[in-house]
Amino acid sequence: MAPPRRRRTGQSRRAQYGRFVTYVVAVGGVVVALFLLILSMLDPRAFQAVKNLALDVTAPISRAGSFVVSEVTSFSQSVGDYFEAGRQNGDLRDQVRALEGQLTQAQAAQLENDRLRALLQLRDTTADEVAIGRLVNSSWDSARRYAILSVGSDQGVAYNMPVRAAEGLVGRVVTVGHWGARVLMIIDGASTVPVRSARDGTPALAVGTGDSELRVELIEVGTNPFRPGDMIVTSGVGGIFPPDIPVAEIVRIEGDFAVARPLAAPSRIDYAIVQPLYQPAAVPPSEGGSAPTEAPR
Amino acid sequence: MNRIAGSSRDILYHDYKRKLVPPVTTVLAILLGLFPIVVTMPLGPDLGFLFLLSWRLLRPEIWPPTAALAFGLFDDLVSGHPIGQSMALWTSIFLALDLIETRVGYRDFWFDWLYALVAIALHIAAAWYIGVLMGSPTPFVQLLPQLGITILAYPIVARMVYGLDRWRLA
Repeated sequence: MAPPRRRRTGQSRRAQYGRFVTYVVAVGGVVVALFLLILSMLDPRAFQAVKNLALDVTAPISRAGSFVVSEVTSFSQSVGDYFEAGRQNGDLRDQVRALEGQLTQAQAAQLENDRLRALLQLRDTTADEVAIGRLVNSSWDSARRYAILSVGSDQGVAYNMPVRAAEGLVGRVVTVGHWGARVLMIIDGASTVPVRSARDGTPALAVGTGDSELRVELIEVGTNPFRPGDMIVTSGVGGIFPPDIPVAEIVRIEGDFAVARPLAAPSRIDYAIVQPLYQPAAVPPSEGGSAPTEAPR
Repeated sequence: MNRIAGSSRDILYHDYKRKLVPPVTTVLAILLGLFPIVVTMPLGPDLGFLFLLSWRLLRPEIWPPTAALAFGLFDDLVSGHPIGQSMALWTSIFLALDLIETRVGYRDFWFDWLYALVAIALHIAAAWYIGVLMGSPTPFVQLLPQLGITILAYPIVARMVYGLDRWRLA
């Protein structure tokens, strides 16, 4: 459709002024929006009340639909399994053989572990949980990696609480509604998790890259001690994330840093556990003390 | 088809249909962002933005630039963007389209697609840059698949909007 040749709205002054006011309001709106944006940048928790409310309204929509999607995905998975059954059977047999050997080693290690623990008189830390929810949605049309969890402040979830699945760490809570919470996943570029190598305890930082991987950056400069296949776990440094939650597996080394793949792939986990905020005790708790949080082991 | 309204109820019905189809379809498209998929990479097109853009390019007269402010605020709240992101971007794009359209006296589908292409690229790049400023320094290369998919999705969305427009005015 060709636009009018004359840019005037017409002879009517009223129409001209109306048009003009619309543009003034639109430009003013852009300025206000930019101002709000800068406020959000300076304080990520700005407008939290509005965002929490919006999350409460929208979370049930995602929750209602997620049953359908999980059925569809598991169906395609089972069809694939059927066709690959023969090859998988052989693979699994090899794996069982390999695992039997490792099991014996693990049992030995467990025994030794128990003995050492008894020596140190540490009690077993059972992961205390605030709530268990379903991951119902993730942002699939923007560069940020957020997920929506089906539990909120009614179940005791609060800002910054760490979220994990059975496989490993998922992220931390950034917005809390009454019955929904938005989770900043560890693969988001703004997420940094203090970690250490499970093999030798090398401290590092796991920074999200925005896609399905993590960049593991060394804190101490020197030769890169990571090897592909190494597991990294949270170190508990700096609080928020409790120590010893599995985070990722190193897949390759790139110069000064390593690239790791998260153990809890967000597209495959259904249930996630919200854990209480971890605060490292400044003074180690006394023997058998009932401190709410554990000192780093 | 009978084009003469039979009663005042008919007139009311057609009036509401004519007025409400564009905003309602756009709001529904924004809500599609809540579709329960959990993914590790941004892949899907931003359907809310595509619907808004298609309606705007097809019918420049139905919405003043201020309408983009309201839709933008709604999108910010629904998809968890920092408040102001879609408000500022969408309204700026509307204003820019107004400026361009009054100067270029020619329109066809390919021109619309060209405008949409530039608008989509600017929108994705700006959203990415806001993410960077907010402490999420991801490489832009990751967004190229999404950019391609969104540009290719525009004709499909535009088709749907043309169909809706015909139904709306029927």
